[in-house]
Amino acid sequence: MSAARLEAAIRNPRGGHGIALMPYLTAGYPEREGFPELLARVGAIADAIEIGVPFTDPMADGTTIQETSRRALENGVTLPWILDTVKHTETPAACVLMSYFNPLLAYGLERLVVDAADAGVCGFIVPDLPLEEAGPFRELCEAQGLALVMLVTPVTAPERLKRVCAASSGFVYAVTVTGVTGTSADPAQLVAYLTRLRAVTNLPVCAGFGIRSREDVARLEGVAHGAIVGTAMLDALRDGRDPVRFLESLRS
Amino acid sequence: MTGGVGGYPDARGRFGAFGGRYVPETLMGALKRLESEAREALADASFLARLDAELDRWVGRPSPLTPAPRLSAAWGVEVLLKREDLNHTGAHKINNALGQALLAQKMGAKRIVAETGAGQHGVASAAACARLGMGCRVYMGAVDVERQAPNVARMKLFGAEVVPVTAGDATLRAAIDEAMRDWVSDPLGTFYLLGSAVGPHPYPWLVRELQSVIGREARQQALATTGRLPDVVVACVGGGSNAIGAFAPFVEDDAVALLGVEAGGSGPGLGQHAATIVHGRPGVLHGTYSQLLQDEHGQIHETHSVSAGLDYPGVGPEHAHLAATGRATYTAATDTEALDALEEVARMEGILVALETAHAFAGARVWAAANPGKTVLICVSGRGDKDLGILQSVGRAG
Repeated sequence: MSAARLEAAIRNPRGGHGIALMPYLTAGYPEREGFPELLARVGAIADAIEIGVPFTDPMADGTTIQETSRRALENGVTLPWILDTVKHTETPAACVLMSYFNPLLAYGLERLVVDAADAGVCGFIVPDLPLEEAGPFRELCEAQGLALVMLVTPVTAPERLKRVCAASSGFVYAVTVTGVTGTSADPAQLVAYLTRLRAVTNLPVCAGFGIRSREDVARLEGVAHGAIVGTAMLDALRDGRDPVRFLESLRS
Repeated sequence: MTGGVGGYPDARGRFGAFGGRYVPETLMGALKRLESEAREALADASFLARLDAELDRWVGRPSPLTPAPRLSAAWGVEVLLKREDLNHTGAHKINNALGQALLAQKMGAKRIVAETGAGQHGVASAAACARLGMGCRVYMGAVDVERQAPNVARMKLFGAEVVPVTAGDATLRAAIDEAMRDWVSDPLGTFYLLGSAVGPHPYPWLVRELQSVIGREARQQALATTGRLPDVVVACVGGGSNAIGAFAPFVEDDAVALLGVEAGGSGPGLGQHAATIVHGRPGVLHGTYSQLLQDEHGQIHETHSVSAGLDYPGVGPEHAHLAATGRATYTAATDTEALDALEEVARMEGILVALETAHAFAGARVWAAANPGKTVLICVSGRGDKDLGILQSVGRAG
C-alpha cells in the first residue's frame, strides 16, 4: 500500500524531527545523467520527495519551475525514463510524482498506475486535476494502492474544503498562497488557514509554495505535518549548492 | 441569447467527451462565480439591452452580408460574405471582448487581464476597457509583438499595458499560460477576458454565446437576401471563436454543412502547421480536454502558421465535439494557399481580409470546386490591414 507508506513517512519524520521534509526535484534537472544519484542523496535525508514530471506548459508554476522544466525537457526527460529511474534508485524516502495531467494522459492512465506501483512510486499530485475531474484517475490509483494527493488553497470555500480533503489520500497538499509557486506567504494568516484545514481532515497536511528558509519550516512545526520545499530547492541546485547541505540547513 | 447547440455544454462543461475544467484549485471558485454571473447576465434583459446598444452604436452591428459576384463567377458558386471585418477594431473579436468587459464591470472586477495572438483580441479588449473606463493588461508573445506591431501600438493608444511574453514559444500559447498565471495570483479581484472558445468551462460556452451574433445575423440576412439558407458556412479555426459563433445558429439546420479551415502552415509534419483537429490527438491544455498538437509523451508541440491568430496547438472543445460527431468538417489550408486566397479576394472584391480569414477562403474555394452551383457563406472574421508588414515581407504587397 503505497498511499499508506506515504502517509506514514509524513507522520513519522526520520531523526525524530517535528515536521516532515518534502523537497521537490524536477526530474532530470540539472542533469539527466546525475539525477539517480541526486535522488538517492536527497532521499537519504528527506522523508518524502516530490518528483516533478516536466511539462511544456506549467501554468501553475513560477519562473523557476518553468525554467527547470524546460531544461529537463531539453535533457530528454520523459515519464517512462522517470519511472525507470525511480524503480532502480534505492531510497528510504517516499516518492510522489507531481505532474500536469496531459503527460499522464498521453502515457495511458490504466498502464500508468500499474507501472508506477511497480516502480515503487507512492502516488501522484496533479495540479490541474481538481475534484470535479479527478474521479476516474482516483479510482485507478486506489485500485493499485496509490495516493492521489489533492490540493487545497486559502480561497477554497469551507464546504468545498471538506469534500476535497475527503477525496485526498496520502496527505492533503495545502497551497499556502494564491499565486504561482515561488511567491511568499503571509505568516499570520498561514497558521489560521492550516488550523482550519486540520480540523476537517484526518490526513496529514503538508504546506507548500513559498517555503525557503529554516524560519519558514520552523513556523510550520505544530501546524502542519510536512513542509514542501520546491522553488528554494531548485534555486540551490541551479546555483550549484550542495542539496544535502541545503536540506540540512532547513532543519532546526 | 442562446446558441441552441444540442444542449451542449452539459452541467460539467462537457461537449460530449470534450471540455471540462482542468485548472488549479485556486481558480475553481472564480470559475464557478463567473459561470453563475454569466448565466444570470445572459438571461437578464437589461444586461442584454446594454450589450445590444453598444454592439449597435459603438461596434457598428449588424455587420452586412455582402454578395461577392466576381468571386461567385470565378468559383461557380454563390458566395456570401459575413463582414465581421467591418466591425469597430476590425474583427469579430470585439463581440466577445465587449460582452465580457460588460460582465467584468457588472461583477465589480478591479482589473482585467487578456491574452492575444494576432493582437485582434488584445485591441478589442483594450478598446472595450477604454470604453468602460477599466484598466487592462494584455499578455502577448514576444514573437507576435514583433510581427503584429501596429496592433501593439493600437492597444497602447487605448491605454492598455502590453506585456511581452518570452517564455515557451513566445506566441499565443505562452501568452495564455502567462495570463492564467496572473489570474491564479489574484483569482477574486481579476477578471480574465479570454479571447477564444478555449479554456476551462464556462469560457467555451460564454465565448460561443457572445459570438453567436455572427451566425444569428447571417442566418436572417441569408434568408432575406436569397430566400433560403446557405449550403455551407465556412470559417477559419485557430481556437475557433469566429467559427463557433458562425456555426452555432446553423447547427440544427441539418441541410447546412459546416466547414472549419485550420492553418496548414508549411506542411503536414509536426511543428510545420497548427491544424489541430486535422492532425491532433485528445489531451488537456489550458484547462480543457480537446484535440491537441502534442508528441507521444504529451508535451505540447510548437506550431507554425503565417497567421499569428491561428498559431495555437489547441482548439475549442466544441469544435472537437462537432468534428467527432461529424456535424462539422475540418480541413487545413497551407500558408501559400491562404496567401493566394487573400490576393484573389482583394483583387476580385476589393476586400483585404486578415491572414487568418484568408484560410477560410482557401478552404471555401476547394469546397466550391466540388460543389458547383451551391451557396457558400464565408465568415470574414477580420480585416488585413494589420498584416501589411507580413504581406510585404513575403512579396505579396509590392
